[in-house]
Amino acid sequence: MKRKYKVLFFALLATAAVVALILYLKTSNVAVLNPKGVIASKERDLIITTTMLMLIVVIPVFILTFFIAWKYRASNTKAKYSPDLDHNRLIEFTWWAIPTVIIVVLSLITWRSTHELDPFRPIAVNKKPITVQVVALQWKWLFIYPEQNIATVNLVQFPVDTPVSFEITSDAPMNSFWIPQLGGQVYAMAGMKTKLHLIAGEAGDFRGSSANISGRGFAGMDFTARSSSRGNFNSWVESVKSTGSTLSLDQYKMLAKPSQNNKVTYFSSTEDNLQGKVIMKYMAPGVFGQAGYQDGSYSEYDSNGHH
Amino acid sequence: MLGRLNLDAIPTDPITLGGLISGTLGILTVIGLLFYFKRWKWLYRNWLTSLDPKRIGVMYIVIALLMLLRGAADAVMMRTQQALSSGDSQGILSADQFQQVFSAHGTIMIFFVAMGLMFGLINWIVPLQIGARDVAFPFLNSVSFWLFAAGAILVNVSLGVGEFSAAGWLAYPPLSGLEYSPGVGVDYWIWALQIAGVGSLLAGINFFVTILKMRRAGMTLMKMPMFTWSVLTSMILVIFAFPILTATLGMLSLDRLLGMHFFTSDFGGNPMMYVNLIWAWGHPEVYILILPAFGIFSEVVATFSRKRLFGYTSMVIALIAITFLSFIVWLHHFFTMGAGANVNAFFGIMTMVIAIPTGVKVFNWLFTMYRGKITFATPMLWFLGFVIIFTIGGMAGVLMAVPPADFQVHNSLFLVAHFHSMVVGGVLFGFFAGLTYWFPKIFGFKLNERLGRYAVFCWIGGFILAFVPLYILGLMGATRRLDHYDASMGWQGLFIVAGVGGAIIMVGIGFQILQLAYSILMREENSDLTGDPWDGRTLEWATSSPPQIYNFAHVPPVSDRDAFWALKQAKTSSSEKLHYESIRLPKNSPVGMIIAAFSIMGGFALIWHIWWLAVACLVGLIVTIIIRVSDEHTEYTLPASKVRKLEEEQYV
Repeated sequence: MKRKYKVLFFALLATAAVVALILYLKTSNVAVLNPKGVIASKERDLIITTTMLMLIVVIPVFILTFFIAWKYRASNTKAKYSPDLDHNRLIEFTWWAIPTVIIVVLSLITWRSTHELDPFRPIAVNKKPITVQVVALQWKWLFIYPEQNIATVNLVQFPVDTPVSFEITSDAPMNSFWIPQLGGQVYAMAGMKTKLHLIAGEAGDFRGSSANISGRGFAGMDFTARSSSRGNFNSWVESVKSTGSTLSLDQYKMLAKPSQNNKVTYFSSTEDNLQGKVIMKYMAPGVFGQAGYQDGSYSEYDSNGHH
Repeated sequence: MLGRLNLDAIPTDPITLGGLISGTLGILTVIGLLFYFKRWKWLYRNWLTSLDPKRIGVMYIVIALLMLLRGAADAVMMRTQQALSSGDSQGILSADQFQQVFSAHGTIMIFFVAMGLMFGLINWIVPLQIGARDVAFPFLNSVSFWLFAAGAILVNVSLGVGEFSAAGWLAYPPLSGLEYSPGVGVDYWIWALQIAGVGSLLAGINFFVTILKMRRAGMTLMKMPMFTWSVLTSMILVIFAFPILTATLGMLSLDRLLGMHFFTSDFGGNPMMYVNLIWAWGHPEVYILILPAFGIFSEVVATFSRKRLFGYTSMVIALIAITFLSFIVWLHHFFTMGAGANVNAFFGIMTMVIAIPTGVKVFNWLFTMYRGKITFATPMLWFLGFVIIFTIGGMAGVLMAVPPADFQVHNSLFLVAHFHSMVVGGVLFGFFAGLTYWFPKIFGFKLNERLGRYAVFCWIGGFILAFVPLYILGLMGATRRLDHYDASMGWQGLFIVAGVGGAIIMVGIGFQILQLAYSILMREENSDLTGDPWDGRTLEWATSSPPQIYNFAHVPPVSDRDAFWALKQAKTSSSEKLHYESIRLPKNSPVGMIIAAFSIMGGFALIWHIWWLAVACLVGLIVTIIIRVSDEHTEYTLPASKVRKLEEEQYV
């Protein structure tokens, strides 16, 4: 095969691969690109905008690379050869300038979106949010509903179109709490509380998982995030209240023991301020579950675990 | 007496045993061959005790390539596991084994492959390129190498005695703390890195001083070859970053050995401090590796385009900008740890700013090719592969610098694909280009071009096939480090494609091994008698291939950035009989090796809590160093007559 045809063949192959890739992304279920809530939608849009902006530089780089490499190959005797051409103010200025302009634009986008999509920031809608306290355990997720006084393992349900305020901690190695179709992740760390505000725009089951290695059972730390109608949610709460056992401090200690691939479990009532006590365990070690701390309140901790 | 060490430490599962047995057989074969060919003395005199940076460089590279095979074997196991372990199938590895494998893969590839290749190439070329006869501190150079070797040995000992860390390549606490990882795995990780890390810091200081103090008169900073510039900036990063690693690992080991609470979740410890500190080292580390790779590409592109490097000043400014910026972006590794929006946005923007000087470098390389006469030798093909893969990876990198976008891809396979694009497409391809480019200088013969080309094509094709599926899987919500996933996710097809890509990369490695073996067999045909096989531009090509131990009998004058090119253009012949002078050279020294031996034993003792041995090794180390520093006769003189003889012999 002649060299020219070889190059042509590879160019066609590359184009075909890119087209196939785009088609594949369009047709298959890519969670991050297929959001089911406002936060995830904005994050998806951000990913696409950013990528498009960068393509302004990247596509010319690809074309230039292969064009220059082909045109100035040693065997092309017609091409000009200037062995001492080693600088040109205007050209160099141009390629300091073009990426700089794009990065300035991206920086503005970054500054605005980082504040807008700060996971600690409550979602601005006219609806009372529902609070879910999350505790990452070895190797399962405990969800505590302080307002409903129930708790669940590996399934979290909430009403559709209602902001959910996740308050996240860990009684295990560091994990990361992530429901891709609803929005980005936040770390779950012992002795600290991080926050994540999400909202679901439609009813359905969405997969959640831990994104940070936390030991042997880490791969099985999947959970289901279920958004449903308000009525459906209320009756679910009632059914949890009527079926499960209670989650006292002692039962919590049993639950917290390492176990893998846990099934969904319901608790009809929970120890008061359970998450607060789990956090407090690391602040004042050795007194977890002892008299005086059972009902003792703890002061608010910010995300860095400081008073 | 033996601390925690007992017979249970010997592994019994088939996979570890397989690795162990093949490793042991390899070592026994080498020992057997050394006896058979009676090469022990040769090995000891010419290599193990040598202070010649070219030979130390070869030893660095031999270890790095062996470790590359080990790391690649780990990669094969990971790809196999993830291709199989869906639904009811659990694959070939247990969760614990899988976690040890990926921790070992990351640790080995960064510390013992990338760092080894980098210091190997620096040892080979920097003294030659600046017209020096040696490095600033030849003995320290040997100690650096031997500490690197000691770390590599300790990592491999973990295969046969005990276990390796299962906490990931950066071992975040509290997972890596005593509570969740009570075994010896994390301790192996700590002490292997601690020992190798000290070696890296010493080497950093050595080459920093070498470049600043030992350049040929006339070579001002702005006349230094671009590879030397890149090494200078990289060594500045080493000097500032590695002490952070040493201190961080030190604190983690105090937590583990003495029950302290620097990084525990309770008693006032703070794991987030560890995450900050390890990345305050870890981010500059990435640039420590990539800057020399940039330098190599600058040399390669100019040489094979037969043209001066375009935008030299821009390139230097870009290097310095990256050096500076690389210290103020570390937080982008954990936007998800809950810092406020202002903090996240600042670090995000600083990260994007790095894309500007990096982009400028790419444009300058392209314009170096513009109006050149390009020959597509293997190093140039590595460069083209680098441009494709590194640009895609860079795009993913800028994307992840936007914190809210990062929340959606952090810790996913998208991230894994991104940093492999940078470290394989950037660092590794750069070092492969450098190895092929400078191989004839060090060994006196070229590597086979055809097999090299096959290897490049396999690496590029295999890489794209192995990592594009990972980008997609990440967007599908697949997190990194999964030893198993549900069949309903529909991920298995992509994982299988990634596995095929991995297999193609292995074929590429096979071609590289074949290339090396074939080139050695055919070395008579490929030998380089001129010292300048590529029509090079910088001083390393102005001496014979391989150079004599003293590099240059007469260091050529430097009047231009492309010093040797300028000499060739001026056509000044140096055939006139010159006056030779005697040369001072460092004597061989086994002390580096002894220090390594004490370090390995001491590290092993600390891992297994064998306290008496740890103390004995520390005393041994101190005594060895005192003996060495009291030795006043560490140099010898090569008389002018001997230099003349060596110089005349090589042109017969």
